[in-house]
Amino acid sequence: MTSPTSTKVPAAGSNFLRRGRRHPIEGVVQVLLALAAIVSIATTVGIVVALVGPTVEFFREVSIVEFFTGTRWTPTISPRSYGVLPLVVSTLITTLIAIAIAIPLGLGAATYLAEYATARTRRALKPILEILAGIPTVVYGFFALFALNPILQRWWPGDGGPAFQNLLIAGIVMGIMIVPTVASVSEDAMSAVPRSLREGAYALASSPMQVATRVVVPAAISGIVASFVLGISRALGETMIVTIAGGLTSDRIQANPTEGAATMTAFIANIASGDIPVDSLDYRSVFAVGALLFVFTFILNAISIRMVRKFREVYE
Amino acid sequence: MTATTAERPTVGEHGRALTQRKRRVGDVVFKLALQACLLIGFAFLIWLLAYVLYRGWGRLDSRLWTNMPTSRTSRIDESGVQSAITGTLWVIAFTALFCLPTGILAAIYMEEYADTNKWYNRLLELNIQNLAGVPSIIFGILGLGIIARAFGLGFTVLTAAIVLALLVLPVVIISTREAIRAVPQSIRQASYALGATKWQTVSRQVLPAAVPGIATGAILSLSRAIGEAAPLIVLGAVTFITFNPEGLNSSYTVLPIQIYNSLNRPQAEFQEIAAAAIVLLLGIVIVMNSIAIVIRNRFEKRW
Repeated sequence: MTSPTSTKVPAAGSNFLRRGRRHPIEGVVQVLLALAAIVSIATTVGIVVALVGPTVEFFREVSIVEFFTGTRWTPTISPRSYGVLPLVVSTLITTLIAIAIAIPLGLGAATYLAEYATARTRRALKPILEILAGIPTVVYGFFALFALNPILQRWWPGDGGPAFQNLLIAGIVMGIMIVPTVASVSEDAMSAVPRSLREGAYALASSPMQVATRVVVPAAISGIVASFVLGISRALGETMIVTIAGGLTSDRIQANPTEGAATMTAFIANIASGDIPVDSLDYRSVFAVGALLFVFTFILNAISIRMVRKFREVYE
Repeated sequence: MTATTAERPTVGEHGRALTQRKRRVGDVVFKLALQACLLIGFAFLIWLLAYVLYRGWGRLDSRLWTNMPTSRTSRIDESGVQSAITGTLWVIAFTALFCLPTGILAAIYMEEYADTNKWYNRLLELNIQNLAGVPSIIFGILGLGIIARAFGLGFTVLTAAIVLALLVLPVVIISTREAIRAVPQSIRQASYALGATKWQTVSRQVLPAAVPGIATGAILSLSRAIGEAAPLIVLGAVTFITFNPEGLNSSYTVLPIQIYNSLNRPQAEFQEIAAAAIVLLLGIVIVMNSIAIVIRNRFEKRW
């Protein structure tokens, strides 16, 4: 208790006392802090400005009706055509496959961690999930294309198996990638459910499974749904896995997941990695597709923020 | 309901005691199914690690960090990723320099200074939650349209660092806020009682107490930035760069981009270089994650 540090305390104390009045530094600090906070607002404004300008230009040359109803997206091959539906459809297919995998696995993992695992197991298991979440997506893409897809092709029942790049394998791997997101948000929601609810259910002779499925999950439902929405939003915006393993064609609507097709993000990544002249229609098409993607994820984020907030209001 | 509630016994423990006799088959199957969910994730992780090690093993030698990348198949044997390693170090150093101070200061503002009844502070909060969910490729578009073109910074180390800093800023802010919020109110009140001003209280009491939490969040967000490829692809980073960056205005490549470049080539040798670079990248990311987890477990105070 009489370590050297304790001798400093009186000195610091007297220092405080001498500065009884409001120190001028206080005002400066407050301005600095607010400026730092404004950076995040500026980022959002910057994103909107970056997207809106070229997108408006884009729609001067391409009709909105063609953009939303056309079934060919061929900005670089003539005849040029700017119907965004092929990109949207393949984005929806990979997203659907991904959440079909991420929701059951993520919710299952969350239920186990929140309801069954001891504190010690939880401390050991959660870091592994975090590492899974921390793996760069370009690595997932490599693994999907070279390790998993050959296996999928070999074991495919019937002939005409999956293509070299296909939406199915991209969606599956994306699903695994999203599991930690769904699991951690759901687990937070379940852990926040008051213990008294569980004890009440046990007092009525419920089994652990009944408590988990009929008490905890319903009580945490808005947090759980928020985790699903967040997962969908991650899947829509994920780029590297679909660019590497999902394919890059977009000249028709590809509803068959065993074939390759470009998602919105894959199109952006692919065309931007080539040399595109500034102020060309190609260049602007990147921004138009980007704007559409931003609107989709913005709506989903707003829903998930609302649901988490609703959940917090109930229990905190 | 006092001190014992801190470590709440899990339902499993309760359940075991209460329903031991009536445990039904369904319960056992349910628990196994839940465990299987976690197991699938872990098996996938181990498989992935084993696969990249197996594919990259032959190229995991000094060639990787002493030689420059090449796109020519004839010189594939002497090709490495040195420019990507130095590029990653340059970009991440400046990303940290930009995003950590900004993120930590913004978090202090939101936790300690902002009046949450004011509309602009609520907007700030919503804005950060939304930004955290914006796809990384959109940040690339921000970099392309505004930073590279409108500000005229071009496709340089500086542009990449700014874009990555903005991308991980919400993560830094959210984790720092959590760390600051975990410091109990009594510490602040004691400081005020001794006559400290607001900033003295924040800088000498609250921040030192929150350092482990802030450090954990900072390391995790930088580790995310290191693995990002999508925004940099939009920023035109996809070329074989055969020199190390010399400054903020230099062209650059980073490990994820070099991996993407290499795996796009049809020859198996390029895939092996990609796999070796992946091992390197994963090594960095996993070490950073582990440090963050150790800091969190060892130094985080339970008040």
